[in-house]
This record gives sequence, structure tokens and C-alpha cells, in this order.
Amino acid sequence: MSIFVDKNTRVLVQGITGREGMFHTRQCIEYGTKVVAGVTPGKGGQKMDDVPVFNTVKNAVAETGANCGMIFVPPPFAADAIMEAVDAGLRLIVAITEGIPVLDMLRVKNYMQGKPVRLIGPNCPGIITPGECKVGIMPGPTHMPGGPIGVVSRSGTLTYEVVHQLTREGIGQTTCLGIGGDPVNGTNFIDCLEAFEKDPATAGIVMVGEIGGSAEEDAAAFITGHVTKPVVGFIAGLTAPPGRRMGHAGAIISGKSGTAQSKIDVMKASGIHVCEDLGTFGKLCAEVFGG
Amino acid sequence: MKIHEYQAKELFKKFGVPVPEGGVAFSTSEAKGLAEKLGSFPVVVKAQIHAGGRGKGGGVKLAKSMEDVGVFADQIIGMTLVTHQTGPEGRLVKKVLVEQGLNIAKELYLSIIPDRSTAQIVVMASEAGGMDIEEVAEKTPEKIIKVYINPLQGIQAYHCREAAFGLNLPAAALKPFNAMLNSLYRLFVAYDCSLLEINPLVLTADDTVMALDAKVNFDDNALFRHKDLLEYRDLDEEDPLEIEASKFNLNYINLDGNVGNMVNGAGLAMATMDIIKLAGAEPANFLDVGGGASAEMVENGFRIILSDKNVKGILINIFGGILRCDVLAQGVVEAAKKTGISVPVVVRMEGTNVEEGRRILAESGLNLTTAVDLKDAARKVAGIVK
Repeated sequence: MSIFVDKNTRVLVQGITGREGMFHTRQCIEYGTKVVAGVTPGKGGQKMDDVPVFNTVKNAVAETGANCGMIFVPPPFAADAIMEAVDAGLRLIVAITEGIPVLDMLRVKNYMQGKPVRLIGPNCPGIITPGECKVGIMPGPTHMPGGPIGVVSRSGTLTYEVVHQLTREGIGQTTCLGIGGDPVNGTNFIDCLEAFEKDPATAGIVMVGEIGGSAEEDAAAFITGHVTKPVVGFIAGLTAPPGRRMGHAGAIISGKSGTAQSKIDVMKASGIHVCEDLGTFGKLCAEVFGG
Repeated sequence: MKIHEYQAKELFKKFGVPVPEGGVAFSTSEAKGLAEKLGSFPVVVKAQIHAGGRGKGGGVKLAKSMEDVGVFADQIIGMTLVTHQTGPEGRLVKKVLVEQGLNIAKELYLSIIPDRSTAQIVVMASEAGGMDIEEVAEKTPEKIIKVYINPLQGIQAYHCREAAFGLNLPAAALKPFNAMLNSLYRLFVAYDCSLLEINPLVLTADDTVMALDAKVNFDDNALFRHKDLLEYRDLDEEDPLEIEASKFNLNYINLDGNVGNMVNGAGLAMATMDIIKLAGAEPANFLDVGGGASAEMVENGFRIILSDKNVKGILINIFGGILRCDVLAQGVVEAAKKTGISVPVVVRMEGTNVEEGRRILAESGLNLTTAVDLKDAARKVAGIVK
């Protein structure tokens, strides 16, 4: 078992003929993902390797039965691409694109309200169910199939680091996903915690956060009331200076809220095992999940 | 991107938002010239830097005569202004805003920001104007009115009324206030603002409203569609190393410590800074070279880290995913040879093709220390700078 994607997921790639789109599509196929279609306006009828390319998402879905979109479209056109995917009836959309304007995402998020679709990202590494399906740009071999740990994170390479330490301890993963480093995103920590709690194959959860906003605080409150499985957490940015944007647009501390320390305090209070030294993350997981 | 108050007021004017008469001056004689044109006193002389708290730091003065204008402009232009937002080193003031003094009946607060948790655009207003709004929010949250606007719907008249009645404005001021809020919202959306704040917004003795202050920040991700804003960028207000880094698409922030570090990915970069501190040292910077870093980017990163004279050691932490470790190792070696690295470097690499990467570094003949994992790396670099 897993959450959101598995071996039956049929992936459509928007922006498949671009440099990034092409490269990562090949990596996903190599990992075993069923990539059934690509979309690049004006290149319909062509093929990217063996993957048929269509002009519109609607056509691609009708012809191939794709149910999951992966978006590599550049920032100025990404909001449009997401809404096209929503209207074509895809149930899961994974937006990798980094640098989408906040106001564009506000409109997209409100447009999606009430529609039967989940958006992961944007500005995220994607989602992987190890051994079954990779919809994203993460290094496949770092992951270990078979579970029993679910991983959710706001970061990219920091997620790889955490997963690497899990794998090194011999702890496999059910599903790992990055929800993205932008201030406005589709899926939040709580959505993932809820899904991992329901997933019978997931026995424990890893949650990796960072400074800025209140997503970790909200997640901690949710865990108190709704999550029975053990959770190990980490927050990046203890040394970050206030008011500065640390790479991710969402990672700005303003005032007293959103600091790493305030997040860590709230998480600890709700029973999360918070790792304060990333160098020992795997070991802590082995202790918490091993028993 | 941040801009100056006088620039924000130019934008306000363009959108029909009332602001006091005035202009920017780079010298005392220019300041006097502007005061002359205004024709009456008092006149306000305000330091123009990208930081708040200017009044408390002595950067805002009320001039009652032409002589005052001269004295204050002389004082402020060229001063190093220290506020709670500039840090102890302060900021050199190169220009002042000279504007007409107002007959103020009441000071209010008004701002517009995107709210990440509700995905709405929120207008915040308060009768407690002229004060530090964070303090108001903490001590008397009931004094802050929030009006949420769905960006698909846009601002409606009732949104404006909600804010206006919440501020207890006199009847005569309702119409001008509503028109002003409407204009501010249009400006916010038209220019992809990340923050628009007026503190104080003043109610004048003749029941009209005016933006006495103006702070506007823009979403960096949206600057591609607002080329006209680029002329507002003031390089004097930015760190020279950060300007240099931005030319090469490197995410760099200069900090106070002595351990330079170079990492791929923002989250991992922050976590690397944290672990340096945990090992007993202080990070000299934040530097994210990105997921698709090339040898050229690594080289420029090295150059920028090394131009910070405080740096006594460097930690490179790369999680090779799509970007293979051997390619990266090659980049590090090339960069080290070209730039001539003068301080010890600790390299920690993990991920795809890591063995090959480590071999390249070992055989390079360079003074590089390799680390087996993150903890080891932090310990080694902290040991070097001690």
C-alpha cells in the first residue's frame, strides 16, 4: 500500500519536450513509472521516445486514460497548465515548476476549490512510491521499497538526505513526497498525515519542515487529535536570519512567528519526536520506529 | 524586491491614491528647492532607506522653516541610520523625501498581503496607526480588522465598507477611503505585490484620507512581467556579494560567521547552516547552487564565498540526485584549480555515483578533506576554523 500514487498510476507529462521535462520523463520511465502521454502545444502527433505527445491535456486524457499529471512548464505559463489539467479531469497533479508568482497560485488554488483533484507542489520534487511509481525528480535508488515509513517534506534535497539516512538504517518507505517550498501550495502536511494515518502499510511518519508560515504548527495540532502513528520531525532554518528569503519563497521568518524554535517547541508539545541534529536523523528514526 | 517610500508614492499617485505633495532630494540644495516649491511650512524631511523605524533612529524631521530644511537635510543625507531593521551597522542615507506637512486628525494603519493559509488576499486595518503593527497584533489583536478577498472575485464595494466602518471613519471620509482602498487593491494585483503597507494612513482635519507613509514589496517570481519596476531597484541597498551572486542565478545570503558553505537545495542549505552551528561554528553564508548546478555555477559560488574575508573554512554539502556526484566533483576540482582556494575545504557528497566522485576528489591532489557523512563534515569544518 501507499498514498496517492502506485503501480497503476498513469502519468501524463506537461512540458514533455522541454529539456527538464524530457530528462526527468526518461528517469521516471526507467524507474518503472507508467508514463502514457505528453503534452506540448503545437507538437501534437509527435513522440518523445515511445510516449505520444498531444496538443491539449483533454485530448491526451481521452486517448490514453491518464489520471495523473506532472508539470514541467516554465513559471509564466504554469498556472495555465495546472488549470488545464484540472479541467481535463486529472485526479492528481504534480507541479515541479519553481518560481510561479504567488498571485497566480492564489487564483489556481481558489479555482480548484471543491473540484475532485489533488495538487502536489508547486516547487517540489514530486512523489514516489518506492519500487512502484516515481512522479518527480528525486533520485530513485536512494529510496527503499516495502515500507513501513511515510515521508512528507517541504524541501527537495533535504528530503533525499532524510530518505538516504532511513535507507541506510534499513528502514524502507511506503511513499515519500515533497509538498513544495512555496507559500501557497496544493497539498499540505495535514492532507499527507491524514492519508498516511489511513494507509495500513504505513507504520510511522517522517515530517520535514522549515522556517516560515505556520504549516508545521497546524500539522502538530492535527497530529495531537488525529494521528496515532509515531512521527519523527525535523525543522530546517534554526540559524536563518529574520526577514530574509532563504531560497524558498516560503522560507521567510517575520516577527516571532514562523521561527524554527517556535515550530520545534509546538511539535514537541504535540508528541512529535523532533530531531535537532540532522546528522543523527536516521538513528533517531531507528530508535522511534524500531521498537 | 523592495523599493523606497518615494518610489512607492509615485506608484500610489499613478493609481490615484492620495499622497502628500513632495519629491526626492539627493542634496541639501535640492531639498531646499523642493521646500520652496511646496510653498508653506511645516515640511517633513525623511531619510530614504529600505528599512523601517526611521523616525526613531533620527531619520525623520519636521522642518518649520527653510533654515530647518537646510539643517535637517544636511544632518540626514550622509548619516548612517541605525534602526531595528538595519542591524547595528546601520545604513548610509543618500537621499531624502521632502514633503508637505499635514493637519492630522487621526493616524490609522492599512495593509494588503496574500494570506497563505486561506489563499485569499487580506486587507488589514487598524485604528492603532503609527505604531508597530506586530505589537498591536500581539497585545490588542481585537484592534485589527481583517477583510478577506477572494482573488477570483476581486475587491467589491462591500469589502471597502467593511474596512471603513471597522475603522470608525467619519461619514465624510467614507467615500474617499473606499476609493483609495479600491485603488490600492488594483495596484497590489497589477504589480504582483507581496506586501503593501501604509503606516500611518492619516485622516486629515478636513475628513479626507492620505498615505503619509508607503511601503511596497514585490514578488520576485513575478518580476518577469513587470520590467518597468526594474528601474526602481536600488543596488545601494543590497549586499554587493548578493548582487554578484544574483548575476549567476545563485541564491546567496551573506551572514556573520566564518564557515563558508555551498549546498544544492534551499532546505538542505538551511539544515547545513544549522549543523555547522551545532558543531560549534558559525555559518558565513547561505548558498544554494540549485538542483541543476553546473561546474560554472560551482566555480562562481567558490569565488563569492572567498570574497568574504571572514571565511576561514568551507563546507561543501551536495546530495547528488539527478546531478551526479562525479560531475560535481569534476566541477569542484576545476573551480579549485581556477580560483586557487586559499582556505581548507571539507567536501561531503552523497547520492548517485558517489564512489566515482570521491575518487576524483582524492586523486585531484587538492587540499580537500572528505567527510563520510553530514555529522562528520560539520565536525571537521568546525575543527578547522577553531
